[in-house]
Amino acid sequence: MCLAIPGKILEIQELGPLRAGRVQFGGIVRQVSLNFVPEAGLGDYVMVHVGFAISRVDAEEAQRTYKLLEEMGTLAAELPPAEP
Amino acid sequence: MKYLDEYRDHRIARALAAEIVQSTTRPWVLMEICGGQTHTIMRYGLDELLPRGIELVHGPGCPVCVTPLETVDKAIALALRPDVILVSYGDMLRVPGSHSDLFRAKAQGADVRIAYSPTEAVKIARQNPDRKVVFLAIGFETTAPANAMAAWQAKREGLTNFSLLVSHVLVPPAIRALMVSRSNRVQGFIAPGHVCTVMGCKEYESLVRDFRVPIVVGGFEPVDILEAVLMLVRQLEAGEARLENQYVRSVSYQGNVPAQEIMAEVFEIADQKWRGIGPIPQSGLRLRKEYAAYDADLAFDLGEMTVDEPAECISAQVLQGLKKPTDCAAFGMRCTPENPLGAPMVSSEGACAAYYHYRRHAVAK
Repeated sequence: MCLAIPGKILEIQELGPLRAGRVQFGGIVRQVSLNFVPEAGLGDYVMVHVGFAISRVDAEEAQRTYKLLEEMGTLAAELPPAEP
Repeated sequence: MKYLDEYRDHRIARALAAEIVQSTTRPWVLMEICGGQTHTIMRYGLDELLPRGIELVHGPGCPVCVTPLETVDKAIALALRPDVILVSYGDMLRVPGSHSDLFRAKAQGADVRIAYSPTEAVKIARQNPDRKVVFLAIGFETTAPANAMAAWQAKREGLTNFSLLVSHVLVPPAIRALMVSRSNRVQGFIAPGHVCTVMGCKEYESLVRDFRVPIVVGGFEPVDILEAVLMLVRQLEAGEARLENQYVRSVSYQGNVPAQEIMAEVFEIADQKWRGIGPIPQSGLRLRKEYAAYDADLAFDLGEMTVDEPAECISAQVLQGLKKPTDCAAFGMRCTPENPLGAPMVSSEGACAAYYHYRRHAVAK
């Protein structure tokens, strides 16, 4: 139930006090509430839980983490697999 | 999909596992709080990548599992009223109450509808002005802002046929309750990434300080979980107890302030009973008095019910990390997802369901 999946904002609608948008998850597009992510704009990725975006994915941070991890992974390809 | 696939990369997972092996000199007991994390661990067999000394025990972070039996019974009683439409998250339908479940109530003719989002429940109320629409509002902090928005929206629109049957739970008081328990074995926690996305890391600082226990906020993909385990192992091996954030791409120190604001406007902290665990002080949410008109407990005068769990079900110990699902004599035999004795066998986040679906029932260790 606490699952949230990342999706990309394709379109934003301001409906009075409410903010919503069309968000793409892989090949699927869904209407999502953007009330909790006023900072998120078009093209941003948001984490979506029960139809509500609960965070804007920090792209820089994700990139940085991933790079670090990937360097480790590439390195590991040279190593024997971990013993359980 | 971006931000998913890269965190499922097996090369990175293997590298992290190798690093964990190298860093571990002693046995450690770690708990992942969230049932979503439990499922990732089982689905990808992450526990089998870890050195033998590292034991992962599964926490109480399954909202469906800890929703009190009484709440399930109340929801069934409401659903069976002809004037009521009961709207619920899909996960709740097969959760056993004391005599029945919502799915069976539906089969008996009750109007039970599944919603993916609480806004759908509000929409159903709008479309059915002659019926009373009750939304079974369960969840942890992750879901509370969305459920709060449903109440806020109903109030704003002046809907008079909408109410919430609330059963909300909070993670930090549960960790505190585990830590003070005399049977506790947990030496480090992976905190739930989406709860912390809403509430921020800040709530966990006092736990780290009070119990000198390392806590790492972790994500939900295999790479996230292995990295969180590595961060915990490094702290434990160094004799440290700090709060760290592995899930930086979604979690900040302050959390999601607009989400916290709507939660605080609609809900207030209250004592809460956890299924299988019992009452934990100040560990839940209830509607504020300004929202009393939207409280199903008051609107329907449901009263107090007290019911007992099936004696054979050991979900209480499973939810506290004291036993594994495979320690249960009924597991996979008299208790299956089709005919569950307890909630952890039903929910997509329940530990028993995770063990069952990913075929861990053959090898009870």
